Amino acid sequence: MSSQDIPEENLPAEQGGTHVPKPADEKNPFADPGLPPHEHRIQDIDERAAKRSERTVALLFTVSMLATIGFIASFVAIPHDKSIYVWPLGHINAMNLALGLTLGVALFTIGAGAVHWARTLMSDEEVADERHPIEASPEVRAKVHADFKQGAKESVIGRRKLIRNTMLGALTLVPLSGVVLLRDLGPLPGTKLRHTLWSKGKLLVNMNTNEPMRPSDIAVGSLTFAKPEGLEEHDHGFQNEIAKAALMIIRLEPEAIKDKRELEWSHEGIVAYSKICTHVGCPISLYEQQTHHALCPCHQSTFDLADGARVIFGPAGHALPQLRIGVNDEGYLEALSDFEEPVGPAFWERG
Amino acid sequence: MSTAANEAPRSRGKAPAGERVADWADGRLGIYSLAKANMRKIFPDHWSFMLGEICLYSFIIIILTGVYLTLFFHPSMNEVEYHGSYIPMQGQLMSEAYKSTLDISFDVRGGLLIRQIHHWAAIIFLAGMFVHMMRVFFTGAFRKPREINWLFGFLLFVLGMFTGFTGYSLPDDLLSGTGVRFTQGAILSVPIVGTYISMFLFGGEFPGTDFVARFYSIHILLLPGIMLGLVVGHLILVFYHKHTQFAGPGKTNKNVVGMPLLPVYMAKAGGFFFLVFGVIAAIAGIASVNPIWSIGPYRPDQVSTGAQPDWYMGFAEGLVRAMPGWEINFWGHTLVLGVFVPLVIFGLFLAIIALYPFIESWVTGDKREHHILDRPRNAPTRTAFGVAWVTAYMIMLIGGGNDIVATHFHLSINAVTWFVRIGFFVGPVIAFVITKRICLGLQRRDKEKVLHGRESGIIKRLPHGEFIEVHEPLSQEQLHTLTAHEQYKPVEIGPTVDENGVERKVKRTEKLRAKLSKSYYGEESQIPKPTVEEYKEITSGHGHH
Ligand code: HEM
Ligand code: FES
Repeated sequence: MSSQDIPEENLPAEQGGTHVPKPADEKNPFADPGLPPHEHRIQDIDERAAKRSERTVALLFTVSMLATIGFIASFVAIPHDKSIYVWPLGHINAMNLALGLTLGVALFTIGAGAVHWARTLMSDEEVADERHPIEASPEVRAKVHADFKQGAKESVIGRRKLIRNTMLGALTLVPLSGVVLLRDLGPLPGTKLRHTLWSKGKLLVNMNTNEPMRPSDIAVGSLTFAKPEGLEEHDHGFQNEIAKAALMIIRLEPEAIKDKRELEWSHEGIVAYSKICTHVGCPISLYEQQTHHALCPCHQSTFDLADGARVIFGPAGHALPQLRIGVNDEGYLEALSDFEEPVGPAFWERG
Repeated sequence: MSTAANEAPRSRGKAPAGERVADWADGRLGIYSLAKANMRKIFPDHWSFMLGEICLYSFIIIILTGVYLTLFFHPSMNEVEYHGSYIPMQGQLMSEAYKSTLDISFDVRGGLLIRQIHHWAAIIFLAGMFVHMMRVFFTGAFRKPREINWLFGFLLFVLGMFTGFTGYSLPDDLLSGTGVRFTQGAILSVPIVGTYISMFLFGGEFPGTDFVARFYSIHILLLPGIMLGLVVGHLILVFYHKHTQFAGPGKTNKNVVGMPLLPVYMAKAGGFFFLVFGVIAAIAGIASVNPIWSIGPYRPDQVSTGAQPDWYMGFAEGLVRAMPGWEINFWGHTLVLGVFVPLVIFGLFLAIIALYPFIESWVTGDKREHHILDRPRNAPTRTAFGVAWVTAYMIMLIGGGNDIVATHFHLSINAVTWFVRIGFFVGPVIAFVITKRICLGLQRRDKEKVLHGRESGIIKRLPHGEFIEVHEPLSQEQLHTLTAHEQYKPVEIGPTVDENGVERKVKRTEKLRAKLSKSYYGEESQIPKPTVEEYKEITSGHGHH
């Protein structure tokens, strides 16, 4: 990044700085005329105007005091669950509105008072301060460098290489303990992301009714959400399991199913797909029965559920995994295995 | 001051109490030396300098309200049944974090207000930083000696984004949980280490029972601690470098013109704190933000439609939405480009603006201090670059709400997405070209004004019937202000043979720099400012123009 090779004369003359404009220099019409003379405000000349400003400031501060009293009164007096209708805000919590407005006014008027005071009554004469270069003078620079060299020399670190090297080694190693300590933040991934609660024989339980389902419960064109039997909301670890096992069940006319494997893994036109979007994992919630499209509300990935749930629009990178289903002896829908591939977003080890 | 200095020291008993306390403190802390340098320090005035103040004050407001929230918030993901005073949620299962947020909103008087102030202040904090950063960028205030402070500010913006993100994830509601899921999905896309980072961050599989507590300590301690340090450093540097100022009569690179800290600036800035706080409190009273009770507790298998992050995450959201879902499978591995590429672009895009000061100073080779601000028009290439950057940012922000844009304007989501994809690349180019033209046009107009005076609005009829507008000559103040800016010459590669006639190898970087320098300062990139000779020739020649 050196600029040695850029000739100095290529840089423009410093702004106003180097050749301090001489006011006498009448030849240069662009020269800096210097600070303009100070112009008096009405308050500087007319004591009555100044008095008016004083009263305005005092009024603002007084309003602030009143607003604070209003705040405390609202806090004490308004029932905290009272809702009121305020146009155009709609129904809102009365206390929140009162507290917000009174606090807002109490603070705002202090500010307004202070600013008005500063603008009208405090001196508004502009003054100039000098700047000094940030970098040190050459003498200071030389002194610091010399001091440092002296210090380094006295430490003998340059001569005693063994000390220096072992010290660097020790200092490099010691943070490792800190890194190691982080190990138990969580388990290793292992194959956790490849398995879900589904396995052969697990019944499909309707998320709404909490009942197992028969094929006849599922109408063509409907969308049903399901979970594996035995997984209850109150269970420990429910959230983790449902995050992978959530299922979306639809019924198509078997002729409408375009994908061969999808047809094989379905039962009487009933197909079960993972509800977890393969993009970054939102649950898919919208289904259009005419087109058989399922839509993820997060980033609008759209999957064709009649065609192996392949992605037809949006940022998802692969189709939704399908769960192989059938019916058991009692006629309830059941899983025939776990998902064959990991559900949810893709990851490095997915393959 | 002089009278005070001349007075003999008063006897201890008589000095006013304040003075005695100050003397006591000075004996221990040396505050007088500090005050001597700073109490009457000069601060220049310009509306755009208030942007930084807005950031500072909202940061203070966030800390104050945040501490209050910690008194009531329970950062725990234990599942509990709700029995509080919000009737529609009775008996629902939810995490303690969510429940305590409901309690803050419904059972702690004023709790809802403080929550909303905290959230609104966060939104304004980040918006303030963004605009403040743009102010600094477009006026060239990042130039030497302020590059490090530019980096401090940039870091504050980035950390602010993550603090905001960890903050709005804390209530563990359906909306923010979806955002956390998004983040986890994005982490998974990182090659090789993605699954490990995810497991370590969440203490196992998503969502687990740890992330609220972990985000909590990151949100209230780690990130705000770092940010506080940066803010203090930022302010110390502002004090130390002294404020920049725009060119004008009496203002040079060697001085700073304005009003003293005590009393004017202190009253204005202190008052401004109350103004900002007051406005935010009123907004928090009127406009509800993040009504978590109407969204519901987080469940990984449920989602609300139209899910949107806070605005400052919209850019990342847009990138992820616009990127085509590319996935490459090889040797049993998956490269999730569809998610990982946006992640990388996100970083690079921010890095570009962070490093810009160093790029520009390399191109100009200018190592001098700059305390006079540029008017954006006088640095056309920089300004055009900045506008291009903002354009890309804004397009992605739109992309982050593509579904909302689509439904609102009755467009197909497909069309909006394609607009964003193309716009991200084409938009900045168009913006660059247009901005540069506008800047050059404005420079020409300035030149015109200097040489021919200002249009007075008075129309005069000349003897031969022609109508002309009378131009008034500018005052010397205006002439100076309009011609004070400096203009660089493009860097030449220089002779390719040295004095001995030996061919010198021209380094690649040297060529690149010459090229860049030309695009910055070449003939097409700046209008030579009027010279005194030009001015004299015109003004002495014919009087009336
Ligand atoms: C510095 C920048 C900070 C930003 C941008 C920020 C932002 C946020 C946001 C957006 C929320 C969500 C609020 C909601 O709608 O529920 C939040 C929650 C919270 N923040 Fe902060 N915050 C910051 C600093 C702090 C600090 C310093 C503390 C405490 C010392 C704090 C304590 C909390 C607590 C306890 C919550 C959860 C309570 C709740 O959500 O109601 N924050 N933060
Ligand atoms: S998570 Fe479904 S589209 Fe992004």
